[in-house]
Amino acid sequence: MKKLIFIVILLAVAALMWWGFYQAMYVAPADAAQGDVGRIIYYHVPNAMLCYLFFSINFVASLLVLAWQRSQPARALAADAWALAGAEVGVVYCTVPLVTGPIWARPVWGIWWTWDARLTTTLVLWLIYVSYLLVRRFAAGSQMQTLAAVLSVFGAVDMPINYLANRLWRTQHPAPVFGGDPDAGMKDPDMLAAFGWNVLAWGVWGLLVLAIRIYLERRQQAIDGAEAQAALAAD
Amino acid sequence: MPQTGWAALAWTHLRKDLRIEWRSREAMNSMLFFALLVVVLFSMAFDPTAATSREIAGGVLCVATLFASVSALNQAWAREVRHQVLDALRMTPGSGSAMFLAKALANFLFVSIVQLILGPIFFIFYNLHPLGNAWLLLLVVPLGTWALVANGTFFAALSIRSRNRELLLPLVLFPIFLPALLAMVLSVKTILTGDNSDPELLWIKMLAGYDIVFTTVSLLLFGVVLGAE
Repeated sequence: MKKLIFIVILLAVAALMWWGFYQAMYVAPADAAQGDVGRIIYYHVPNAMLCYLFFSINFVASLLVLAWQRSQPARALAADAWALAGAEVGVVYCTVPLVTGPIWARPVWGIWWTWDARLTTTLVLWLIYVSYLLVRRFAAGSQMQTLAAVLSVFGAVDMPINYLANRLWRTQHPAPVFGGDPDAGMKDPDMLAAFGWNVLAWGVWGLLVLAIRIYLERRQQAIDGAEAQAALAAD
Repeated sequence: MPQTGWAALAWTHLRKDLRIEWRSREAMNSMLFFALLVVVLFSMAFDPTAATSREIAGGVLCVATLFASVSALNQAWAREVRHQVLDALRMTPGSGSAMFLAKALANFLFVSIVQLILGPIFFIFYNLHPLGNAWLLLLVVPLGTWALVANGTFFAALSIRSRNRELLLPLVLFPIFLPALLAMVLSVKTILTGDNSDPELLWIKMLAGYDIVFTTVSLLLFGVVLGAE
């Protein structure tokens, strides 16, 4: 039964992704100034927006790990699985804008990269969470979870800086399209629809991957716990 | 027996660290030499003209300080672990942040002394002649150094318990330090080149804000790191 539900959800998410692709590539009109190159916005921006979601999941879960580690260790362990999964999926969703951005920038600006506020802070965000994943790999045991949770708090402090960078500093990166000047924003309803569908599709996909990752991590935690118990019992 | 106040505890730790360092001077000597080597290496690698040297001087100074302090930071905590000071500290209530502040201050002092010695040498090697308001350097460099040292002390304590502690500290410290590095380097560049591209001192303000935020977070979370099993 569970497998059936899972397959149905997987198919639904796949269908949504395909629909988002169709909307972005065929239904939405080409950008007036940029042409077809501008279609990358339907991947670049949704991924950039969604990475904040997963890093926030990591942050909240890390806070819970710190709060529960003494009082409710079993729940802290579950929160730790959420923190790890959130960071992993977040890093992937942060990598996509960092890759699609230069791909777009080369034909449009003529340069692959520039060290302006938005690009730099996004790269820093990516580096911080990759270092988080490295800490998890290098340190061992329950203290690792505490240390990683602490690092995640530092990473979370960087997120608002990143978000505000595009608004506080006039930079090379395009100014905010949504919530920017009164003149900004997507005017064409087809473009807006394509954008919305892609945000939804990538969001649902990310949440699905997150759920699978948490499930796997919980199983791994159970195996590790059983091994530890067996090692204690044997002599 | 009266409870030792937080400030008294911090002061005791600070005096201890300063005294140990004064007697051996090993951390400062190695930091000084390493930073000097980095400065020489960079001038070999880039061979800058006078105009270029003003542009890159901030960066070179910052990177030299960064590499030099990483080894000293690891060493300081390793000494504490060796003498079971951390275990003793875990048994006293509410004192983690006092020790952290004392260590950060001590490290800040050592790194600043290294920079004070290195600064004139640096100016000589690069034939630097600041075109802007040079007094602002006395504000920018300590702010940037504090950002490095406060975060570095915290992450050194965090990584001291892991397998690859020497490797982990730079990996974790550098990404977090990047915004402060950027602010410091750009401020120094503006001061040295005198191009007046930042009249409202936005970068210096950001550096100060960064210092306040991350010092506060470090103070609050140090107890957690100390108590991690």
